[in-house]
Amino acid sequence: MSDQLVKVRDLKIGATVFPPNAKPHDIEIVHGVSFDLERGKVLGLIGESGAGKSTIGLSTMAYGRGGVRITGGEVWINGRDILQTKNADLRALRGGEVTYVSQSAAASFNPARPIVEQIVEAAVRHKKFSRSEAEKRAVELFRKLGLPEPETIGERYPHQVSGGQLQRCMTALALCPEPDLVVFDEPTTALDVTTQIDVLMAIKAAIRDTGVAALYITHDLAVVAQVSDDIMVLKLGDTVEYGSTDQIINNPQEDYTKALVSVRSIDHEEKQPTPDPLLRVENVTARYKGTKFDVLKDVNVELHPGQTLAVVGESGSGKSTLARVITGLLPQREGQITFDGRQLTPEQSARSREDLRELQMIYQMADVAMNPRQTVGTIIGRPLEFYFGVKGDEKRKKIIDLLDEIEMGKDFIDRYPAELSGGQKQRVCIARALAAKPKMIICDEVTSALDPLVADGILKLLLDLQKIENVAYLFITHDLATVKAIADSIAVMYQGQVVRYGSKSEVLAPPFDDYTDLLLSSVPEMRLGWLEDVVAHRKMESAGN
Amino acid sequence: MNLALKLVAQRLALGIILLLLVSVLIFTGTLILPGDVAQSILGQSATPEALANLREELGLNEPAVARYFDWLGGLLTGDLGTALTNGQDIASSLGTRLKNTLFLAFWAAMVSVPLAIFLGLVAVRFRDRWPDKLISGLTLSTISIPEFLIGYVLMYFVGVKLGWAPTVSTIYDSMTLVEKLNAIALPVTVLTLVVLAHMMRMTRAAILNVMQSPYIETAELKGLTMFIIIWRHAFPNSVAPIVNVVMLNLAYLVVGVVVVEVVFTYPGMGQYLVDHVSKRDLPVVQACGLIFAAVYIGLNMIADIVSILSNPRLRHPK
Repeated sequence: MSDQLVKVRDLKIGATVFPPNAKPHDIEIVHGVSFDLERGKVLGLIGESGAGKSTIGLSTMAYGRGGVRITGGEVWINGRDILQTKNADLRALRGGEVTYVSQSAAASFNPARPIVEQIVEAAVRHKKFSRSEAEKRAVELFRKLGLPEPETIGERYPHQVSGGQLQRCMTALALCPEPDLVVFDEPTTALDVTTQIDVLMAIKAAIRDTGVAALYITHDLAVVAQVSDDIMVLKLGDTVEYGSTDQIINNPQEDYTKALVSVRSIDHEEKQPTPDPLLRVENVTARYKGTKFDVLKDVNVELHPGQTLAVVGESGSGKSTLARVITGLLPQREGQITFDGRQLTPEQSARSREDLRELQMIYQMADVAMNPRQTVGTIIGRPLEFYFGVKGDEKRKKIIDLLDEIEMGKDFIDRYPAELSGGQKQRVCIARALAAKPKMIICDEVTSALDPLVADGILKLLLDLQKIENVAYLFITHDLATVKAIADSIAVMYQGQVVRYGSKSEVLAPPFDDYTDLLLSSVPEMRLGWLEDVVAHRKMESAGN
Repeated sequence: MNLALKLVAQRLALGIILLLLVSVLIFTGTLILPGDVAQSILGQSATPEALANLREELGLNEPAVARYFDWLGGLLTGDLGTALTNGQDIASSLGTRLKNTLFLAFWAAMVSVPLAIFLGLVAVRFRDRWPDKLISGLTLSTISIPEFLIGYVLMYFVGVKLGWAPTVSTIYDSMTLVEKLNAIALPVTVLTLVVLAHMMRMTRAAILNVMQSPYIETAELKGLTMFIIIWRHAFPNSVAPIVNVVMLNLAYLVVGVVVVEVVFTYPGMGQYLVDHVSKRDLPVVQACGLIFAAVYIGLNMIADIVSILSNPRLRHPK
């Protein structure tokens, strides 16, 4: 058996698209990509959304998602071109020789069946193991992946384990039939940073111990640098650069790769607090209706005019709840909120129109925050009309001014949201918030759903607008790199409490409390060996304690 | 398990309350109908004295509320009263009829439910290809033709021309099961054809809905065959909507078989009800109405409970 496992030559992939205002037609989404993979090696496929990386990954199983078809080229696995194989042979390949780990394990596990049943299924169906052998192997994998109660966790249903645990179960599912190749498709993207590091370590150890080869697909270069031997950078279905991990990270040749490596290069000078804060949250405690559990506990923060307060935390830390309390969507149980010198009524419905106008919000999902049947002009024009009564030509002129401000221009005024890219949609949402001439905007994970380069553009725009409009941002995010880029002050939240609060330089300087330390050290760094360093460091610390 | 048990108990309680409400409705409904039971028994030529005597005898002079509770108490102890027309005990004559109707409905369900679900699975497997279109077309045409027409056509071709099954479905207690099944072969076929389309199309739609889920892709990428994917991964997640439609159709099988029973002169509830409605025999109508209501409520309650229990989140809480 040779060392060569995968050989992809001139792979072309197409799809049929159904644009809103035109006839359905075929497009090519991958334009002739070639790569090789030896047994036991890991190749990272990296690129932004639309680069075709998932599509290429799935082509090693001769699978096209939705209307996607492989239109040309060769995919050789274990010495045969799988694009020429028949149904039964293809089924033996899928789940036998090549397996798949998807981004969302929560959605990829059948909710109606116990976990272990789904894990052993492929191995048993392909007659690789008997049922009892496969179950034994699953327990072994659970143990290897660091899951709690490895003997019995498989008997649980998917909803009975946490997201990070389920992602590890998905890895066990992929490794159970002893495949030659595993396709990891963004396996840690949906996880919190502190969970991501555990899963990443588990995956890396499992790859090493089982000697399986892997295609590791992600948009996060810092993550892929930790696990792969080679990296292929993709953009819009073309190979940009293909080389060893060391070369791509430390000596990128192409401009696009350089941009990916140096992303988050925004430099933001921290501003000094003013004597009068714009927003003052004092001793705020809140809980959701019908629960007996405080999701916010005695929160105190301040935001100064024209500045940015970043609220950082993992999912469930209460950061979005804080935004809901400030906007009045969830009235607080205790404490008070002062805005621009006056106390805000807890219930949103009781607030004055001025209060509503001066406090605007931008959301994570720009596409669901806009009415798909309204044009960009209507969307941005609505607050102008509602708050200022502006109509007709004057309104149109103001809309165009706003479009200029968000660097899009007047050509977009009659477009519909469906015709915009993700970044452009978020820009329209920013313009809509700005149209109300607010003193403060709450930005709830506004860059989380965007590709890194696009997100960078949005952050730069937000900073520029802050200079011009003197608007304050309450910036909610789980991403510490974003925080470093734009914050003036930072509040770290954990289980409903602010565990660390102060100016950016104070919060990001040691000595750290345990949680902030964990959070900061979990952010992947763009260098080889970072993962091992962190893990070694943590082991040392826990041994020292 | 606690939450699921609580929900199931809730459904049961709701079902019982609903049944009580229906009994009130049926009672008042027959009460406000024009005319008078005593009058209809004795006929137009009855003397006022005779009417007054009979009213007294039947307890019609009691207040309505008292009569209702009297009736309800009787129901709970299995006493449905006596038929006005022939003076027979309703419970005993209804008993055999109900048994016959349930017998017919049971066998119709035994054929139609598995067949509908199987056809639904086949339609999903060959989605938008000829088997799917054929199944959809055939079931739609059988549901579109009135059941009495299908009944007579089958009677003529299968019963008379081919002689495979009797055209009159009379059954006795002394018949063996095989003889009984042979006797009801044609009505069962007609009922199956009538309820098939609804259940099959709901199965198809419910499973297709689930087929978009990422876990179906996971199953496909395990290299499983399409039928195993549909059966093991899609079907368990679409049980709730399917059970609802199945139960509605079962209720129809029990309650709505009047026409089919008449066509095949089958001694079931339907024909019994029709006979007594035409004679204004109110106690019988009330009893039949209540039984039909109980069947409907009971089956829908079962559907609700199965839906609750089919949800793994409720069955296995964190």
